[in-house]
Amino acid sequence: MSDMTQTGPVLAADGTPLKRSLARALRMQKMRALALIAPLLLFVLLTFILPIADMLFRSVENSIVTDTLPRTTVAVQAYDADSGEAPSEAMFDALAYDLVVAAERKEHTRVGSRLNYENAGISSIFRKAGRSMDDMGEIYLDQFVDLDKAWKEPETFVALFADPDWAAEAGGDDESRFAYSDTAAEVLPGATDAYAAWARTIQDQDGDSPTKEKPWAPIYMALYKDLVQNPDAPAAFGGDTAALLSAAVTAIQAPEWQTMSTREAFAEIDKDWLDPEVWRTIKTYSGKYTNGYFLNAADFQKGPNGPELRPELERIYGTLFLRTMIMSMAITVSCIVLGYPVAWILANLPSRTANVLMILVLLPFWTSLLVRTSAWKVMLQQQGVINDVLVWLGIVADDARLVMINNQFGTIVAMTHILLPFMILPMYSVMQTINPSYLRAAKSLGATNWTAFWRVYFPQSVPGIGAGSILVFILAIGYYITPELVGGTKGVFISNRIAFHISQSLNWGLAAALGTILLVVVLLLYWAYDKIVGIDNVKLG
Amino acid sequence: MADASKSDAFVEFERVQKSYDGETLVVKDLNLTMPKGEFLTMLGPSGSGKTTCLMMLAGFETATHGDIRLGGTSINNIPPHKRGIGMVFQNYALFPHMTIAENLSFPLEVRKLGKSEREAKVKRALDMVEMGSFGGRRPSQLSGGQQQRVALARALVFEPELVLMDEPLGALDKQLREKMQFEITRLAHDLGITVVYVTHDQTEALTMSDRVAVFNDGRIQQLAPPDQLYEEPSNSFVAQFIGENNTLEGTVKEISGGRALVQLDDGELITATPVNVSEAGQRTRVSIRPERVEYNKDRLQEGVHTLKAEVLEFIYMGDIFRTRLRVAGNDEFIIKTRNAPDQTRLQPGQQIEIGWLPEDCRALDA
Ligand SMILES: Nc1ncnc2c1ncn2[C@@H]1O[C@H](COP(=O)(O)OP(=O)(O)OP(=O)(O)O)[C@@H](O)[C@H]1O
Ligand SMILES: [Mg+2]
Repeated sequence: MSDMTQTGPVLAADGTPLKRSLARALRMQKMRALALIAPLLLFVLLTFILPIADMLFRSVENSIVTDTLPRTTVAVQAYDADSGEAPSEAMFDALAYDLVVAAERKEHTRVGSRLNYENAGISSIFRKAGRSMDDMGEIYLDQFVDLDKAWKEPETFVALFADPDWAAEAGGDDESRFAYSDTAAEVLPGATDAYAAWARTIQDQDGDSPTKEKPWAPIYMALYKDLVQNPDAPAAFGGDTAALLSAAVTAIQAPEWQTMSTREAFAEIDKDWLDPEVWRTIKTYSGKYTNGYFLNAADFQKGPNGPELRPELERIYGTLFLRTMIMSMAITVSCIVLGYPVAWILANLPSRTANVLMILVLLPFWTSLLVRTSAWKVMLQQQGVINDVLVWLGIVADDARLVMINNQFGTIVAMTHILLPFMILPMYSVMQTINPSYLRAAKSLGATNWTAFWRVYFPQSVPGIGAGSILVFILAIGYYITPELVGGTKGVFISNRIAFHISQSLNWGLAAALGTILLVVVLLLYWAYDKIVGIDNVKLG
Repeated sequence: MADASKSDAFVEFERVQKSYDGETLVVKDLNLTMPKGEFLTMLGPSGSGKTTCLMMLAGFETATHGDIRLGGTSINNIPPHKRGIGMVFQNYALFPHMTIAENLSFPLEVRKLGKSEREAKVKRALDMVEMGSFGGRRPSQLSGGQQQRVALARALVFEPELVLMDEPLGALDKQLREKMQFEITRLAHDLGITVVYVTHDQTEALTMSDRVAVFNDGRIQQLAPPDQLYEEPSNSFVAQFIGENNTLEGTVKEISGGRALVQLDDGELITATPVNVSEAGQRTRVSIRPERVEYNKDRLQEGVHTLKAEVLEFIYMGDIFRTRLRVAGNDEFIIKTRNAPDQTRLQPGQQIEIGWLPEDCRALDA
């Protein structure tokens, strides 16, 4: 500027740099603006941002495996599936204790389904195992009871494992949560753990009290195993308990004491339990967080040497993402091409006529989406209206009717129709603000109709196209009903797959990962749009 | 009209009519001839058809009937972009997505001028309106007056012979408007362009124009140079519309020797110059300019009719005094007197005698 002869920063009246005082003035404005949008912000935060955050979290969250199989996931850490050795007895013991609790809580099928996403078939062996858990270790139960009838009584176990303070108050209506005694945890760790897990489960699940219920068989198994490990355990206790335990230790060491192998028991339930792959899967997904869903969503899988591409035939998501993008773009472009002239005419008609025509544009909104989509089925199918007319006109032979539905063409046609108003409305409202005198001015300056349109009118309508395109593209990219109904197999979108995982396969983690990827792609495109066209160049009116 | 003057004509409207809805005529039988280089203003109340005439000339509206000629050739069927007429719009219509320089360069680009030539012309046009340093800005970054000047520069940059301006100064404040009025007339004169200028500000019309066409109801009521328009209005609409005017109603008694004897409605007789009354018995409105009324007996000419008047209000306006009188039953009779040292100030309630020259008193249509 000619009057900017001054060098160095310009100062405001009070001597502070002008830039800084401007920033301060603007900050006040921003605060006020923020206060005005606060209610909406809160609403959006609660109903939109938080659910999205939850979805992002779900796509990496994996606590179900550690939560349901806490002992197993610890035991499996030492196991190396590649070594070829069979899973150890300890791992099966841990699995047994976990499963008996899980079965009581009815969680074993859920963890089975979760692992089934990664290794098909696991679901069924979990289900089978859960059914047989009650019998696991029965052989020990029988022998303990044969030894002494007291081993049948709940009080015996309370005396053995429970914290004395807890035991003193237990049995009432508002029994507190089971607490074990430190002595028991020290000398009989496995059995205490198993008993505590059982006690808490029956408290939570059925409102029962450990002082009144007979323990399950696996507890006897755990007790047996602890006593084998630690024959001096009775010394830590006093009274009847010590006597009972000492008798048990003696009996255990006798040759006629019968034992069983947990591994054998599991193998009997299903011999797939011996498969190292099952245990590899458990180990791989024993973390609290996993990138497994994302790998899966990107057509990768976890191999022995880190992530690897899935076999050709199992890759579906990459294609789906690509197809979703390309078709959404095709839909956006056809909406622009069809919508622009309509918006132009609407904007240039007298307002009364324009309003009538606007109703026609909005008319599709008044009919249900399903009805409109079904109407397209009627129009486009091989025995449908369009084909009938073409055959009748002799343009198409009767035995060569066009396939226009259950493919990408059908999806594009139907979705263009459905999304067209979203393109027309912003374009119309932007065009309405373009004063007709601009075109007149251009013509008076010597521009032909076309030049006037292209150089003067069109650039001013670009914000409307931009707003409409963003609207249509983002709606299209997440569209689900229409592709589902008219898309066939070739015309479905990624959202159909997400819906499938949410409502049918119940693999919410994968659905969340796919959704997250979709979100990131949209944000990337938005960013690119901002770089290329400039987001301030978007105007809805 | 002689053949010589016809070939002189640069812009011609011949029996032009215009109707938008097929029911009412917005422009009724417009005839207008402008020589090259003239600054003609269309003045008239809102809705009188000024913009419509301009639009027909520019080619954005088509005449329903009649012929419009530019430089002797009919332009009825020539599209706007081939007419080569510069135009300044009421809202300026600067293209918001282009910079000032791009706006100016636009008409040159569509005329396929070379880059260096374009730049030179843009610079010259911007300098002409003293906006040389604003070439890189967007229209929205300019003040109203600056936008106005840019609009003017854009209309002139491709050197049209005819420039149309539709209330170009409507949005400006008084001071800026006066400055721009001067600028526009100066430029028009320097460049020798023909200008059709639309306004409904009569001061603007009187100060800027070679001739003023007063529009009302789709017709030109009078087409004359400013002084003639003011001093010799040819009908009561023009007399009312241009400047301040006193009217007295009455009936023509007789017309003889270029004078009309008019009996006012309260019975008084006065002499007036007949303008569009032709016979005795016609109703008429007699119009007298406030500054042509005299109440000082010494300055009144021998033999003129005088009327009794009562002073109702005296307003001191600095350079002039403005006095409201009751004359012949009219309470709104205004006289203006110069604030001269020897001038007496009238008091409300005072009874005086007023008179005027018969030439200044025009008997117009009722
Ligand atoms: N596009 C149009 N369609 C219908 N009638 C119109 C149109 N443009 C103008 N008119 C009518 O024609 C008449 C003359 O309008 P015009 O715009 O020429 O008036 P104007 O003298 O320019 O008034 P102003 O001083 O208010 O600008 C008005 O009664 C107006 O309502
Ligand atoms: Mg107008």
